[in-house]
Amino acid sequence: MRYLPLTPDDRRVMLARIGAPDVDALFRDVPKPALAPLSAFNLPDTQGEMEVERTLSKLAARNVAAGAAPFFCGAGAYKHHVPSAVDHLIQRSEFLTSYTPYQPEIAQGTLQYLFEFQTQVALLTGMDVANASLYDGSTATAEAVLMAQRITKRGKTVLSGGLHPHYAETVETVAGLAGVVSRSPVTPGSAEDIIALIDEDTACVVVQSPDVFGLIRNLRPIADAAHAKGALLIAVVTEVVSLGLLEPPGAQGADIVAAEGQSIGNGLNFGGPYVGLFATREKFLRQMPGRLCGETVDAEGRRGYVLTLSTREQHIRREKATSNICTNSGLCTLAFTIHLSLLGEEGLTRLARINHAKAGALADRLAALPGVEVVTQAFFNEFTIKLAKPAAPVVEALAHLGVIAGVPASRLLPHDKACENLLILAATETNTDDDFAALAKALQEVL
Amino acid sequence: MSMNNQGRPTSSGEAFPASIATISGDRGLDHEEALIFELGHGATGVDLPDVKVPDARLGGQRRKSAIGLPGLSEPEVIRHYVRLSRMNYAIDAGLYPLGSCTMKHNPRLNEKMARLPGFGDLHPLAPHSTTQGALELISQLMNWLTTLTGMPAVAMSPKAGAHGELCGLLAIRAAIAARGENRKRILVPESAHGTNPATAAFAGFTVDEVPAKPNGHVDADALKAKLGPDVAAIMLTNPNTCGLFEGEVKEIADAVHAAGAYFYCDGANFNAIAGKVRPGDLGVDAMHINLHKTFSTPHGGGGPGAGPVVLSERLAAYAPVPLLVADGKGLRLIEDQAAVPAGAKPFGRMCAFHGQMGMFVRALTYMLSHGRDGVRQASEDAVLSANYILASLKDVMSAPFGDGPCMHEALFDDSFLEGTGVTTLDFAKAMIDEGYHPMTMYFPLVVHGAMLIEPTESESKASLDRFIHVLHTLATEARAKQTERFAGAPHLAPRRRLDETAAARKPVLRWKPDVLKKAAE
Amino acid sequence: MSDVRYTDQHEWIRLEGDEAVVGITKYAAEALGDVVFVELPASGKAVNAGGEAAVVESVKAASDIYAPVGGTVTGSNAVLEKEPSKVNEDPEGAGWFFKMKLSDKGELTKLMDAAAYAKYLETL
Repeated sequence: MRYLPLTPDDRRVMLARIGAPDVDALFRDVPKPALAPLSAFNLPDTQGEMEVERTLSKLAARNVAAGAAPFFCGAGAYKHHVPSAVDHLIQRSEFLTSYTPYQPEIAQGTLQYLFEFQTQVALLTGMDVANASLYDGSTATAEAVLMAQRITKRGKTVLSGGLHPHYAETVETVAGLAGVVSRSPVTPGSAEDIIALIDEDTACVVVQSPDVFGLIRNLRPIADAAHAKGALLIAVVTEVVSLGLLEPPGAQGADIVAAEGQSIGNGLNFGGPYVGLFATREKFLRQMPGRLCGETVDAEGRRGYVLTLSTREQHIRREKATSNICTNSGLCTLAFTIHLSLLGEEGLTRLARINHAKAGALADRLAALPGVEVVTQAFFNEFTIKLAKPAAPVVEALAHLGVIAGVPASRLLPHDKACENLLILAATETNTDDDFAALAKALQEVL
Repeated sequence: MSMNNQGRPTSSGEAFPASIATISGDRGLDHEEALIFELGHGATGVDLPDVKVPDARLGGQRRKSAIGLPGLSEPEVIRHYVRLSRMNYAIDAGLYPLGSCTMKHNPRLNEKMARLPGFGDLHPLAPHSTTQGALELISQLMNWLTTLTGMPAVAMSPKAGAHGELCGLLAIRAAIAARGENRKRILVPESAHGTNPATAAFAGFTVDEVPAKPNGHVDADALKAKLGPDVAAIMLTNPNTCGLFEGEVKEIADAVHAAGAYFYCDGANFNAIAGKVRPGDLGVDAMHINLHKTFSTPHGGGGPGAGPVVLSERLAAYAPVPLLVADGKGLRLIEDQAAVPAGAKPFGRMCAFHGQMGMFVRALTYMLSHGRDGVRQASEDAVLSANYILASLKDVMSAPFGDGPCMHEALFDDSFLEGTGVTTLDFAKAMIDEGYHPMTMYFPLVVHGAMLIEPTESESKASLDRFIHVLHTLATEARAKQTERFAGAPHLAPRRRLDETAAARKPVLRWKPDVLKKAAE
Repeated sequence: MSDVRYTDQHEWIRLEGDEAVVGITKYAAEALGDVVFVELPASGKAVNAGGEAAVVESVKAASDIYAPVGGTVTGSNAVLEKEPSKVNEDPEGAGWFFKMKLSDKGELTKLMDAAAYAKYLETL
């Protein structure tokens, strides 16, 4: 067994030093009936690398990778090109196989990149301070709602109809424990009147921009209305590349930003692991969940970094913690930081413009097709079209023609009749004109 | 004779005093490294065309000001992060004796398999007909998890152990509500990991602590006495955080069930018993499994993790969406809470999409590599190694429960340091100078100055012997009050001890350009 | 100083007319280590004897401060917001936490006086 260094001789010598006749003697506290024989486990025995690789490769081959077909899915996870340097660097032993930096003297590598990450997130979102990442955008949104409830000491949350339905369900599951969560109507392609739903009992309003249908929202009036009633605005961003071209939530009055960072540095990975971004204002610092990395000096006066304000966290505060979070997104966070360092200001702004241009070209192309209406008028790299028939079967048919044509809105909102014919498409820098041609051709066949 | 006229000296020269300052500030292979923001200078590491876009479709939201990100070329970025990496300790580089973390070897095949495009480049909402291999992988992993634990069901979506704990408690909460009962109290041993009470409070319960007996086991009588119609569940870790198997677990489980409550098991220590003991046989109702502990997915400097939760018959119906089902056409995910199979009553959704697929691939790769016999052998080696360390050190270090065997981790306290002036913290920092990451310190809270050592099955006997020799000597020196090594340790790491008080009193959590710094003053 | 009373949770309370000042003792401040943050109660908050009134945080621990007697909080020490270190420098003077109006002065007699507290510390 290639991962186990102990040999039978080693085990004999070790047992002798311990004074035990065999290893089962060490399990003496386990009640006899609970010691299961090997035969109780109906599972295969050990295999070599080659066999394991063969098995897994066969499973992988049964999937259609995004890069293997014209591909247009978004709705919370986006295909972007990640430079080769990123994957090389995150596989360095000292990053891949290190632990949480609880011993800062021998973890300055991790701590410094977390400090850089926190800075990057604050800059991108236009906020004062960010944490060292949460699991993903959806749990970050739920944590933001709980934080707003703690700050305002109110229990009511209003979710915009344009919030990704998975995010809304997550918030309802987790934050619904401490208060009432309501969703405003779903209005694909237009901004719902969420201001009318804010009152003196509202803890927070949660608005996603661009929203799940791709619509870019104007957050400033919502922020002002919320603040007038003593409530907070939580801004959600699921496509973080949009911050390379659009006004950040921090410049529009947001109090907390919860975002999904997957687009930068991390592949699609069938839904995870991703990386949750979380940023807020200085005055709310102590209510922030998750790990925080801070600057300090060592005993010789050299600049260094440590995890700080840990008294908010579970291992100190226990039942009074701001959250129960222990793990962050570690390696995914590093991938984000490295990719953004490679892009820099010029790279990210160019990338964002290319994405918008691609989506614009695709929208124009599709609008020209009979039976297709472009619903979203202001968008970043994702928009919604309305077909003359239900979108889900169309997507299935297109998949059989070798085109992965986007996400039917009914997959996310199965009970909303108005969404049945809607198809959400994303176009990024990875899409080519050939992709657009293939989609247009296949659509015409199927519609 | 022929003379060496080359002029190149062949002796190694005089010793270079360690205290001499270098010109650069770097020392040999140890490089200092500034922040990326201090190094940026308008270069770029990604070549992209400069495309202009009109305002027409931007809804008036075009960015008005620069973001402020630094620009560097690829070689500069690579050098920056390589230098940072070299300031980190890692399992690949040395033994990591962190109790309750299971720092085992991270197999490289895991990384290769996770990066197959058929897994890595797959969108979670792509049509099911294009993702059957991925769904099959999840199904196989679910089978491994339920078979190893002897439980009928598993919820795959939680993103980490603590997230799994929340999932388990929410399932329990839903089950109790379905019975029309109102139970708000959760019993948690005082030795529990902080996530347990934090999660219980998060899920809307009140926490009632159960004391430990002097022998390190949970006080089963005290626990049973606390049971009542308002108790929703107990949360136990087994083996417990003192490294001991709770032998009375079945009696406790029976009493808990008889009282109408549920048994949540924290699976952080599953590495001691995987392939040997099935939590389902112990009466467990819900247990999260840390794939990044027991099943070798990499710790990555703090994440990502994955915390699927196995569920008993009593709780299986309440698993959150999505649910993986097989029908005539193949495998598919049911994401709509209203469209679940008859009998399913999901309590909601833990997060977007389906879970940490990247970690699922890695974990299944590990499981297939080890096989059931390898998993069993790994658990036995983990327990053997911990006991070897315990037996080898208990003559000089105080082991409060050292009279009998431990499981996969050995617990020491600071009694052996009494009167020496050396604390657990000093002892741990001295280990850094010896080239070791310290063990878990000051946890569990039930002993004073705790030191929890978990070697895992990945250490050779030679590695264990070297580790034992160092700790044995450190302990002996401390007891003899030879404290030079300990005072102000570490001396040889990239940084000396850091001022955590200053970091907390005046938090500086990001780099700021000078203009912002001045404005703040 | 005979006005000062002590709890077995290491809070002190000093009566000044109708109001009392509350803080933590030198022993507690030392055990806590460097104080980095203090969460003080709002004016008007009602507290019972032994109820949670404030939170003091050091780098590694967060401790609850309990009200020694029942009453209503009338004010807190704003200095601690900017200088939590005052708690370490002068815990029984300038590092006071909050002031309160007592609901029952009689509760004070149940607490230890300076001599009794000193004796209590010896048992720890």
